[in-house]
Amino acid sequence: MMAEQQVLALNGDEAVALAVKQCNVDVVAAYPITPQTIIVERFSEYVHDGEVKTKFIRVESEHSALSACVGAAAAGARAFTATAANGLALMHEIVYIAASLRTPVVMAIVNRALSGPINIHCDHADSMAERDSGWVQLYTEDAQEAYDTVIQAFRIAEHPDVQLPVMVMLDGFLVSHTLQNVKVLPDKTVAEFVGQRKPVNIELFGEQVPLMLNPEKPVTFGPLDLYDYYYEHKMQQIHAMTKVPEVVRQVHDEYAKISGRSYGDGILQPYMMEDAEIALVGLSSTMGTVRTMVDKLRDRGIKAGALRIKMFRPFPHKQVAETLQNVKAVGVLDRSASIGAQGGPVFMEVRTALYDLPEKPVTVDFIYGLGGRDAPPTQIEQIFQKLREALEKKPEKTTMYIGVRT
Amino acid sequence: MTERWVPNLKQLAKKPELLSPGHRLCAGCAAGTIIRQVLKAVDDPVVIVNATGCLEVATTIFPYTAWRVPWIHNAFENAAATAAGIVAARDKMHHEGRIKQKYRVLVIGGDGSTYDIGLQAISGAFERGEDITYLLYDNEAYMNTGIQRSGGTPHGAWTTTTPAGKVIPGKELYKKPILDIFVAHGIPYAATATPSRPIDLMKKARKAFHKTPSFLHTLTPCNRGWRFPTNLTIKIAQLAVETCIFPLVEYEDGQWRLTDTSLTIAKNPQKKKPIEEYLKLQGRFKHLFTPENRHVIKEIQEDVDRRWQQILERTGLKP
Repeated sequence: MMAEQQVLALNGDEAVALAVKQCNVDVVAAYPITPQTIIVERFSEYVHDGEVKTKFIRVESEHSALSACVGAAAAGARAFTATAANGLALMHEIVYIAASLRTPVVMAIVNRALSGPINIHCDHADSMAERDSGWVQLYTEDAQEAYDTVIQAFRIAEHPDVQLPVMVMLDGFLVSHTLQNVKVLPDKTVAEFVGQRKPVNIELFGEQVPLMLNPEKPVTFGPLDLYDYYYEHKMQQIHAMTKVPEVVRQVHDEYAKISGRSYGDGILQPYMMEDAEIALVGLSSTMGTVRTMVDKLRDRGIKAGALRIKMFRPFPHKQVAETLQNVKAVGVLDRSASIGAQGGPVFMEVRTALYDLPEKPVTVDFIYGLGGRDAPPTQIEQIFQKLREALEKKPEKTTMYIGVRT
Repeated sequence: MTERWVPNLKQLAKKPELLSPGHRLCAGCAAGTIIRQVLKAVDDPVVIVNATGCLEVATTIFPYTAWRVPWIHNAFENAAATAAGIVAARDKMHHEGRIKQKYRVLVIGGDGSTYDIGLQAISGAFERGEDITYLLYDNEAYMNTGIQRSGGTPHGAWTTTTPAGKVIPGKELYKKPILDIFVAHGIPYAATATPSRPIDLMKKARKAFHKTPSFLHTLTPCNRGWRFPTNLTIKIAQLAVETCIFPLVEYEDGQWRLTDTSLTIAKNPQKKKPIEEYLKLQGRFKHLFTPENRHVIKEIQEDVDRRWQQILERTGLKP
């Protein structure tokens, strides 16, 4: 049943903080870093005004923030943290450990360029550097979606078939610091939707015991694991990741019923893709501009389409290939570079996904917006124009750098 | 209540071992002895957070574990932060009735994870006043990776990264004053202990469990890294106390105290042994006993004497 919703003017960071407040998170450990800082500030206000019962640990670094979340989650609690850019890079070691210990932590990443040179603006280099870590990665387009996705993220992470940490991305400044009317569910509705964290059971000496640090049923977390078992444990993570798409879809659909909001199927959000001849594929806030441009091109009789990838990990290869199979020229928007590779991270995934199609479309990577450089509609229009040219003549280069001085 | 607790060895011998036999610590390693003594002193359920190091590696090779208590290893430098998360989770869940009993959280780290790579996380945890007991087992180098120097390696010692070379004879620098560093954070309890004085160690461990955040610094002779026969572990630990290179001290609510053997020495200064007696049993100091390096022994002795005087002043025992 749809809940009564309030409309609040919130920026992306505030929307995330509010979602965390409503999710009855047991432990938040965080450190401020631009442009994520507002999440920490708002949450501090909730704590100091007595609006949450969450234990809030103001740690001395991001490395400790995630470490504390791993400890809290291993102890059986629901834990959350947020970071960006260099903060995430500092956490890197523990990002992998959180996944391998199967601690269902939720972390908001306010995407920002990785140093150097130091830069505080939007770029996806930070979360892309963690794409092989074993976390579920969900990229959101605006403050509303960031709010909705954080709430869903706890359900996804803590699902018994998953038990993996989840990153929810929102674009630095473009979303984090931009006010938007956000529809907000009542506290009670969110609390009922997410419930309370229940650790999964494991079999120990023939008995079912909760997987948590519990003196009544002691368990050893994080032992030394050499060549005789490490690979099997990695396989368990790999297997758990294959369960994610179905859970993401289920949780997304269930949430749509109470909120009235959906984002494609929670994995991909296609726009005008049914008969598209040219299409742009990408992540996050830029895709709103892309959709506007698709409308303009459609008005001019050009069969353009857009495909926003919401779930980047696990990457929905089959679904992407199915959605793009009849497109003649596919452009990929990458807001980060994989220096020395054949294109950006999104491009490499999309192009790989298309490899098994009997008729492969022309695919071109457009690297744009690094370090927060603006991606105005005119730029997207230019990119579509290049795609139309690619229909006529296959471009010599598969990667184009857009909006940069040469 | 806890102040006057005197360990009863007969009773404690009956208490189940929480670190079970069959672990892979080296013969002669003091770490296992220390952990068992510390765990004899805990009177509540305990959860252990173990930093990367010898103890972690030697007690948990999958699919085995030597731990009969809940135990977690996260990484090298973050045991104190991990513990803070556990404490927060424990308090929240206990308050809501989701767990029945509050447990103690014991953090165990070696000198690498305490003096060096994990110093920041410990500093943060102590600043925040976390309800944790931090146990340092100090074997004075990165023993797990093959005897490399740490901030806890003493002056003059040979390690694989401070070799006894022709120009530089061992480690040039001195041990960090780690106890002072943590006391300066304003924690209510800190102490040193050695496995050679188990009653003293257990009394301190009991206090460290009750007066948190607390720091217990144990000297952990390592026969592999210090180069001595496996039967000398306890003797060398005791010589460290008797030469005053590792005095048994206690800091409690602003008061410094000497305890056990060290208190006896303070009252009977003639019992203080020359540092050579400690150094000569250990291969890591062997190169100091040559004519060209003798001056280093003198430097070590001067440093020991200076620090001992400082402790006597602090404890009001200076003659």
